[in-house]
Amino acid sequence: MIAFLLRRAGIGLLTLVLASIVVFSVMEILPGDPARLMLGMNATPEAVESLRNQMGLNQPVPIRYLDWIGGLLVGDFGRSYTYSSPVIDLIAERASVSLPLALISLALSTAIAIPVGLFAASRRGRVSDTLSMGAAQVGVAIPNFWFALILVYVFAVWLRLLPAGGFPGWGGGIWPGVRALVLPSVALALPQAAILARVTRSALLEVLGEDYIRTARAKGMPRRIVLWRHALRNAMIPVLTIMGLQFAFLLAGTIIIENVFYLPGLGRLIFQAITQRDLIVVEGVVILLVATIVLINILVDVAYAIVDPRLRAR
Amino acid sequence: MSTVEVEAAPESFGDFLRKAFASRSFLIGFAITLVVAATAFVSLFWTPYDITNLVVADRMKPVSAEHWFGTDHFGRDILSMIMVGSRTSIAVAIVAVVVGVGLGVPLGCWAAARGGAVDDALMRFNDLVFAFPALLTAIMITSIFGPGAVNAIIAIGIFNIPVFARVARAGALALWPREYVLAARAAGKNAARITVEHILPNITSMLLVQATIQFALGILAEASLSYLGLGAQPPMTSWGRMLFDAQTRMVVAPHLALFPGMAIVVTVLGLNLLGDGLRDVLDPRLRRER
Repeated sequence: MIAFLLRRAGIGLLTLVLASIVVFSVMEILPGDPARLMLGMNATPEAVESLRNQMGLNQPVPIRYLDWIGGLLVGDFGRSYTYSSPVIDLIAERASVSLPLALISLALSTAIAIPVGLFAASRRGRVSDTLSMGAAQVGVAIPNFWFALILVYVFAVWLRLLPAGGFPGWGGGIWPGVRALVLPSVALALPQAAILARVTRSALLEVLGEDYIRTARAKGMPRRIVLWRHALRNAMIPVLTIMGLQFAFLLAGTIIIENVFYLPGLGRLIFQAITQRDLIVVEGVVILLVATIVLINILVDVAYAIVDPRLRAR
Repeated sequence: MSTVEVEAAPESFGDFLRKAFASRSFLIGFAITLVVAATAFVSLFWTPYDITNLVVADRMKPVSAEHWFGTDHFGRDILSMIMVGSRTSIAVAIVAVVVGVGLGVPLGCWAAARGGAVDDALMRFNDLVFAFPALLTAIMITSIFGPGAVNAIIAIGIFNIPVFARVARAGALALWPREYVLAARAAGKNAARITVEHILPNITSMLLVQATIQFALGILAEASLSYLGLGAQPPMTSWGRMLFDAQTRMVVAPHLALFPGMAIVVTVLGLNLLGDGLRDVLDPRLRRER
């Protein structure tokens, strides 16, 4: 098990290092001088040169890469020149919108998907199974940002129940903040719930075909108890994998949803940073997202290995 | 991923058709896909209205007998716009799949044939690409290299490469220990020839199913990019671009967003059903679970 953990962590670390090199190099080859961008078009060459020196832009590339990595390791992500504040502060501030958004969406999609998947699997082949899986097929095909537009029209413009966009911050209590996140998290969650419901159903059906299920049924255990106690527990492995991947997807998916709802989250931060060429912010957010994805993948693999010892030999 | 049922493929094309038309998913998906493809094709010669003709007096008209889906902010007929826009959406998604197949399949087959360091390198490359959120990277590529349909294809296609590499590798790895491959090796055929003559024909069905799925994802990805203003640029139009234009006019004219979105949903639904149906037909082992 320890060997497996080390190997898995090693691969994760390698991926992360390669990813950081890719991110750094891409930002490096982009046209545009950050010092000139900061000082504007009218700056004298001397002023630009001295700022370049001050920012360390005249150092050789490998040194600057190591500087950047060293900074990341101690939580120093550099300074944004459009916001003129440390990137780590920006990330922390914006994460207070994106993280709750992603978590609420994940909770919502799980709360919808598991019961639907269970229901469909237990009624396999019947009309109710076909209908719920048909609905899931449609759910998978719906772009979340389009669904978001429809939700805004129905609940904000027409019914006037919920805000159409913007975020009041957490200062005024939990409720106004949560209210602002309801429509975005529903928009994010629905297509994810559709995918998860399909995975839950097929994982359950696979497990229900196993011999131990037949044994449990043969010894007279009621169908419902077999489904809950034996089938669901074993079917959770693929379901958990998809949930892990979905969390990463939800974090990235906030880019587009936050733009629909004008939420000041990580997604909007990176989108604006890209358009304003605030590269240090882009680098910081991207590497953080990549690290999150790598970590989630490791955790999923480790969870797998704990549940199924055969996988450790891989 | 490691066990792949390849030999379950139907014996002949006639057999395939018989099984395919017994699958409900396949039939519905095939019908929808056919209608979408036909609509895109028809738009090359004919649309209800000329979309280059701006009639400002008719702007943002609701649904009517003359304009089934209403008109947009320039007075253009939305049905005609959707028909013309389908060409961009479909073309971007198809070329992105071609990029993925063209580069991914050879990579996957090469890794499976060589094994060892080549295989390890490919797997690490896959890990690396999958560690980046696809949409985020596509946004970065299109905004850095300039918005447009071609850069959207590149941005979407890059993520298709490891997907197809993985499918091809898994399929090929399952085939290499087979007797007929051993026989071919004993007969003195080299790895490249075995791959072309024996491996590829037997993984085609898996690749076809994956291509259908990636095609659907490509339509969604193009829509997302264009919605952010990073995909197709005017005067070219696409379903995502129509949603981008609709966004700020939602309050006064919700039909601007309704119909292009429905076009996306129907197309993606059709492709996903087609993919599901193909998998049912080509791989009966999985059908048991559905």
